[in-house]
Amino acid sequence: MSEETTPFLELAGVTKKYGDFTAVSDINLSIREGELFTLVGPSGSGKTTMIRMLVGMDQPTSGEMRLKGRVLNKVPANKRPTCMVFQSLALFPHKSVGENVEFAMKIAGVDPARRRQRAEELLAQLRLPLDCYDKGVNQCSGGERQRIALARALAFNPEILFFDEPLSALDFRLRKALEKELKDIHRETGKTFVYITHSLEEAMVMSDRIGIMRDGRIVQVGTPHEIYNKPINEFVAKFMGEVNSLEVEAVGENMVKSKVYGDTYHVGTMPAGFTAGFLIIRPEVVKIGKAAAPMPNRIQGVVFNDYALGSRIQYQVRSATNGDPWLVERLQDEAYEGQLGDTVDIGWRPEDSIVLSE
Amino acid sequence: MNWIRQPGVVAALPAAIFLFVGFAGPLLMVFGYSFMPEKTFTLKQLPTVENYVSVVTDSYYISFTWSVFLAALTVLLLFPICYPIAYGMAKLFGKWAKLVTALIAIPLLISENIRLFGWVLILLKNGIFDGTMQSLFDVSVSGLLYTVPAIVLGLVYVYLPFMLFPLVIGISMIPDVVKEAAADLGANRWQVFREVELPLAMPGIMIGCILSFILVLGSLAESKILGGQAIVMIADDIESAFTFAQNWPKGSVLSVLLIALSGFIVFTLFRRIDLDQVIGRR
Repeated sequence: MSEETTPFLELAGVTKKYGDFTAVSDINLSIREGELFTLVGPSGSGKTTMIRMLVGMDQPTSGEMRLKGRVLNKVPANKRPTCMVFQSLALFPHKSVGENVEFAMKIAGVDPARRRQRAEELLAQLRLPLDCYDKGVNQCSGGERQRIALARALAFNPEILFFDEPLSALDFRLRKALEKELKDIHRETGKTFVYITHSLEEAMVMSDRIGIMRDGRIVQVGTPHEIYNKPINEFVAKFMGEVNSLEVEAVGENMVKSKVYGDTYHVGTMPAGFTAGFLIIRPEVVKIGKAAAPMPNRIQGVVFNDYALGSRIQYQVRSATNGDPWLVERLQDEAYEGQLGDTVDIGWRPEDSIVLSE
Repeated sequence: MNWIRQPGVVAALPAAIFLFVGFAGPLLMVFGYSFMPEKTFTLKQLPTVENYVSVVTDSYYISFTWSVFLAALTVLLLFPICYPIAYGMAKLFGKWAKLVTALIAIPLLISENIRLFGWVLILLKNGIFDGTMQSLFDVSVSGLLYTVPAIVLGLVYVYLPFMLFPLVIGISMIPDVVKEAAADLGANRWQVFREVELPLAMPGIMIGCILSFILVLGSLAESKILGGQAIVMIADDIESAFTFAQNWPKGSVLSVLLIALSGFIVFTLFRRIDLDQVIGRR
């Protein structure tokens, strides 16, 4: 983790209420200059409200937003040095691609020749063909429209560029390609990007740091690596992907007992003062069949089904005790050797599990 | 003859026949009568253009000019009056928009002439307005009725819904997020209006303007009831030709010229604005 730098964008106690409903609750967050920060959360977690307040389309009920020390709260949207790429892109349907890209410069009173030059630079930078300059935006493909929206925002030359899930409507392959492209553009421009998405996968690929939101609060902030390896609670762990989660209580030094199975398991480390909580075991650390035999922690189950995940195979193993599904993932070359319907042992090493208090 | 067996053709046939008999037929007859000799009531005479010559050399240009002038003036007044109301109905009033719609639409259930006579009672010498002013402020404001401003008031009043409702549709077609995007890119309210709102509402604006313009162009009651003898509009001339003067060919010529004028204006305006492009289909 890089050391703390001067705060660029700071949020202090930012809260937004709609009547009785609290959409965003007491957010304290500091975003660094030049980083790609992603806010991730399920729908309704308050991330869209956050971004709308930051660009000036909504006002916080309380709290303060500061950009380089300057309070943003009272600054109207059109006077903020921030810009947003909308989920729907919000391109101007009655304007050509060139006019869309030049919009901010036209508003700022830049002369037409200079505008056109800058727009063409941006189109080239975003790998858009120059002949699309005069096209209507609705004649462009989905991927081109994404780039036009980004070019239009970059033409504004904002201090911070916000993204409200602009890739969510695209098909999988195009989305994957544009995620990486966006990260490349971030590298090229060196601007501060704040991205929101409900897809942690997307956040992992792109971000320098991630903030995970739930019910209007920020649950955890960290690098993708930190969040993956040290989730702060069961919500974050489950949000990161499919995990096996057990409710457990402490029964000794690095020993926990399952509330459901009554079995005890060894764990690598436990949070200080841990009494009860969750044991998280990722599918990819669970061994199956012969490979499970030397494992200190084992349970027995029936192999119910298998799913091909590309480079990996996932097995669903149903616990012999109560039928709960466990997920096991193996690389193709270490696939499970038995048959579906067999009763097998699955097991994991103590240091591969994570103990969480909440 | 395969096309005639297509289901679409068959399904469209009743409507097509009805439109031909009820709409195109009478128009064609009017067109035919315009070439008949003066004061004939048959289409069997030899065609002549003498009516066109006499109409053009006569002073009908005055009533044409009044009609076009009043139509243009009405549109110019209606647009700024209706736009804020339409904006409110489309974007701001929420559930109250229905109430406003009802309040504006309900008077349409009452005959136009009766509503205009209501205005006569208000504007009349010693009428409601004059009387109120006299008793409250001791000033007389007679002489309002039977003037051009009274006609304009009547036109604006009667044709307001025909401007308003297309504007509501036009304005409600503007996605809020596009306006937000414009503001986000630095545009102030006026710039958002000029760069985004106005062009995107243009289909509704065009339809509202054309509709009210054409309706005023063919209007008759306002100038007769509220204008008295102040001016004569072209529709008034057409009516007199058909009724009082019993000169169908002359009335037909005036009708043909009015239709041609309206058609010319509509087609020129529609051609100037590419509706598809405005709506964003291109």
